[in-house]
Amino acid sequence: MEPVHLLIAIIIVAFAASPLPLLLQRCGRGYAALAAALVMAACLTVLAPLVAPVMGGTTLLASFAWLPDWGLALSFRLDGLSLMFSLLILGIGLLVTLYAYYYLPKHDTLGRFYTLLLLFMAAMLGVVLSENLLLLVVFWEITSLSSFLLISYKRESHESRLAARIAFAVTGGGGLALFAGVLLLGHIAGSFELTQVLAAGEHIRNHDLYAPMLILVLLGAFTKSAQFPFHFWLPQAMAAPTPVSAYLHSATMVKAGVFLLARLHPALAGSELWFWVVSGTGAITLVYAAYIAFYRYDFKGLLAYSTISHLGLITLLFGLDTRLSAVAGVFHIINHAIFKASLFMAAGIVDHECGTRDMRRVNGLFKFMPVTATLAIVAAGSMAGVPLLNGFLSKEMFFAETVGHPVFDEMRWLLPAFATLAGILAVGYSARFIHDVFFNGEPIDLPRQPHEPPRWMRAPVEVLVVLCLLVGIFPQWSIAPILHVAASAVLQQELPAFHLAVWHGFNAPFLMSLVALGGGITLYALRHPLYAFYERLPSVHASIVFERFHNGLAGFSAALVNRLDNASLQRYLALFFTFVLALGGWAWFSAPASPLPVVTQPADAASIVALLMLALAAAGVVVLHRQRLAAIVFASVIGLIVALTFVRFSAPDLALTQLAVEVVSIVLLLLALHYLPPASPAEDSMQRIMRDAALASAAGVGLGAAAYAMLTSPFETISNFYLAQSVPGGGGSNAVNVILVDFRGFDTLGEITVLAMVGLAAHALLDKLILQAPTHDADGRLWARERHPLFLQMLMRPLLPLALMVSVFIFLRGHNLPGGGFVAGLVTGVALILQYLASGIGFAAARLPQRLPLFLAAGLAAAAGIGALSWLFGFPFLTTAHGHITLPLIGEIELASALVFDLGVYLVVVSVVLMVLAELGKLSLYHEEKT
Amino acid sequence: MLNFAIEIGFVLIGIAVLLNLWRLLRGPDITDRILALDTLNINAIALLVLFGIRAASSAYFEAALILAAMGFVATVALCKFLLRGDIIE
Repeated sequence: MEPVHLLIAIIIVAFAASPLPLLLQRCGRGYAALAAALVMAACLTVLAPLVAPVMGGTTLLASFAWLPDWGLALSFRLDGLSLMFSLLILGIGLLVTLYAYYYLPKHDTLGRFYTLLLLFMAAMLGVVLSENLLLLVVFWEITSLSSFLLISYKRESHESRLAARIAFAVTGGGGLALFAGVLLLGHIAGSFELTQVLAAGEHIRNHDLYAPMLILVLLGAFTKSAQFPFHFWLPQAMAAPTPVSAYLHSATMVKAGVFLLARLHPALAGSELWFWVVSGTGAITLVYAAYIAFYRYDFKGLLAYSTISHLGLITLLFGLDTRLSAVAGVFHIINHAIFKASLFMAAGIVDHECGTRDMRRVNGLFKFMPVTATLAIVAAGSMAGVPLLNGFLSKEMFFAETVGHPVFDEMRWLLPAFATLAGILAVGYSARFIHDVFFNGEPIDLPRQPHEPPRWMRAPVEVLVVLCLLVGIFPQWSIAPILHVAASAVLQQELPAFHLAVWHGFNAPFLMSLVALGGGITLYALRHPLYAFYERLPSVHASIVFERFHNGLAGFSAALVNRLDNASLQRYLALFFTFVLALGGWAWFSAPASPLPVVTQPADAASIVALLMLALAAAGVVVLHRQRLAAIVFASVIGLIVALTFVRFSAPDLALTQLAVEVVSIVLLLLALHYLPPASPAEDSMQRIMRDAALASAAGVGLGAAAYAMLTSPFETISNFYLAQSVPGGGGSNAVNVILVDFRGFDTLGEITVLAMVGLAAHALLDKLILQAPTHDADGRLWARERHPLFLQMLMRPLLPLALMVSVFIFLRGHNLPGGGFVAGLVTGVALILQYLASGIGFAAARLPQRLPLFLAAGLAAAAGIGALSWLFGFPFLTTAHGHITLPLIGEIELASALVFDLGVYLVVVSVVLMVLAELGKLSLYHEEKT
Repeated sequence: MLNFAIEIGFVLIGIAVLLNLWRLLRGPDITDRILALDTLNINAIALLVLFGIRAASSAYFEAALILAAMGFVATVALCKFLLRGDIIE
């Protein structure tokens, strides 16, 4: 396979295989874990052949058009930076998979966990492999969503759900800002493809929209990477299971933000604004979070704040904007991922074995779990920046970059002093973690007796700690090659010369490291007065503030909605008609006078009688509307007259449909009426009645006026086009049907889809619903004893085949003469409902297919399938074909592919009619079975 | 001659329709109204057939056929409602 295809394959494999654990969990939790591990291994395998060319400096690009008009393409990119991130995501993902299998409780079947983990991993891979910025935003959103689900994994815990909501509100909100920023960036650069955007750095920085665009993009990056003041979601997210924290907060989720800084570095960096905003935010986050971390007594909370601090460090490095600082930033991304993942896992082991994370109680664990303790101490040493460990190397590079930074000419001591302060705090909290958890006396009142974890639970930590040491001691041959290509991809130019080594001689950075180590240990030695001081400070809990803000916002919306919407249909209609009248009146009086009116036909006596009846029947509905049954009778008179009007003005199609719809509506209304009071309540006040009457009359007059104006002004419609094209274009002489199934087939497909949705919704709502039916009628008479009068049953049965024949006839000739799938479906539906009516559910249901939703699906599939079939022949969706065949006995038959489409319409209509009506009829059946 | 007969037919059925309407509006009972609706349906069928003869088009006859079937179903449903309250049981 071509390399570019492999690139796409990684994403496809990752997304497509993510449901596997969910499917395999019924075989056992081990299978779910194995499936997850195999998916990650498969992604790594697909990635493997691409490593060599990328390490050689090639950038692999693969692109498929998606929505080219909007600049959205399925394009992917694999360069050094993407490769480094992909390896981190997949490698640490594998270790987390193994770890989680032991960490999560035995009764958890793990399917949901691993599926979410894979989904998240796939989205992260998508973020780092995207070449198109809009695509990157799409994947970015998926990471927000899937991390929300991962953080709330313990969904029965309020704390987890709240934490997930906070994380989603912050990162999702940032995602929106990023989306806006990327749209601006694409507008400025003229393309959403990274290759073009990265090459247009100079142009982007000089553009007027640079500042708003930069702020929006940075909002996205900073929220994701938990930079001050958006950092508060990350400590909350510690409510997630520890494997999730180990994954999200080391190699993936929070790294997406700094990944964005690295990715867009050539396009965005290099301005004053970038320097001040990015390095300022990074510096504040670095020191502030390190300071808070020192005071956490929950060791997972300590690690959370230390993560924020290290992310601040990386942000600061990208902000400093010397070329070497970007290299150091990339280096620290790798190092932090490695040591922080191992620390979270070690913390998870301690938590798992002790049952608490409180460092005031978890003490002296070294003698209970010496191996885990040693591993955690090494990793914490790396976090503190102890020599011979990987954290030391990148921290030294950081120190070196702060010394003599060109911007701080006057106050050249400021930046190094700041960096050293952060170093001291980092050593302080690392010392606290090591000393409090593993030494410092005896454990106090632990829920469980601590001991070493299972062998394989510790294995991932071992692998990572070995990596810490390898990188720390032999940087030049372990990490240098990948760092080199990754940093070149970030800078998009020749790298400055740098040399990774443990010993650079006795220089300023080394001195700073020494001060940090000494200062940190001193700080820890002085911890008791400091803790006492910190305890006295007022504490602010982000979750409480967020919850208050959230509740306030939700309460405000609820109050607003309550004011606007009192659930009164009368009020909706009154508002609606007032608005329409205002709009219509404005249009009426502001429009120019109509040109010559069209000559109208004189009215004949029959039309006048019909209109009079229509008006009387409508008046009857209004007068008798409180007696619901009588109102239905009047309404059906209206329907009848409307149908006759259609016939009179030569629209037999409409008349057929009107008649069929009419009867279905009556049956529907009668079914519903059974459960409603026979008379509706009286309106409350005369004033209301006058208001409504005035509105209704005005609306009626307005509609009449509008209809008159439409009918009397000459205008051209496209009807003539349809009439002329019906036979040559659609192969049918019934223009109405040809329009429905051919010219505007896509509309019809949408309509029957909506119809199907309504049918399914009614089915879902009514299924198993039990309603109390009244035992006597409106006048207090008991119901007739006989449920299904015999003569009615006998009369109705022969009607069914007749009605079916009529509907087949109407269906088949629909393409040329009045008829079609819709009417035929209604006729069939009515004929079947009649059997329900006459012989009861027991009789009809036993003779009809039970799984109507299947027919619904078949109908939709037929309509959509015949439309899609035209793709095979290279025509657009829903192109129809037609021809004539001659059958013996029956004669010539027109065969159009539209007929299959019409069959789909037919099936949908029949199923929906039966589903809704039969379901409504069943409501009291359950009731009777119960009593 | 035929045209003349059709015209007379129209007038007579028209009168019948108006009388139906009178019964429909007057009531007084709901059974009267249902009966009036059913008779109105039958008169409408007659009107359609007359239209069909005058226009010499079979499309009207089909509409009459459908109306006959559908109107009957509506009447049955209404009566079943009066009898049992629940029309599908």
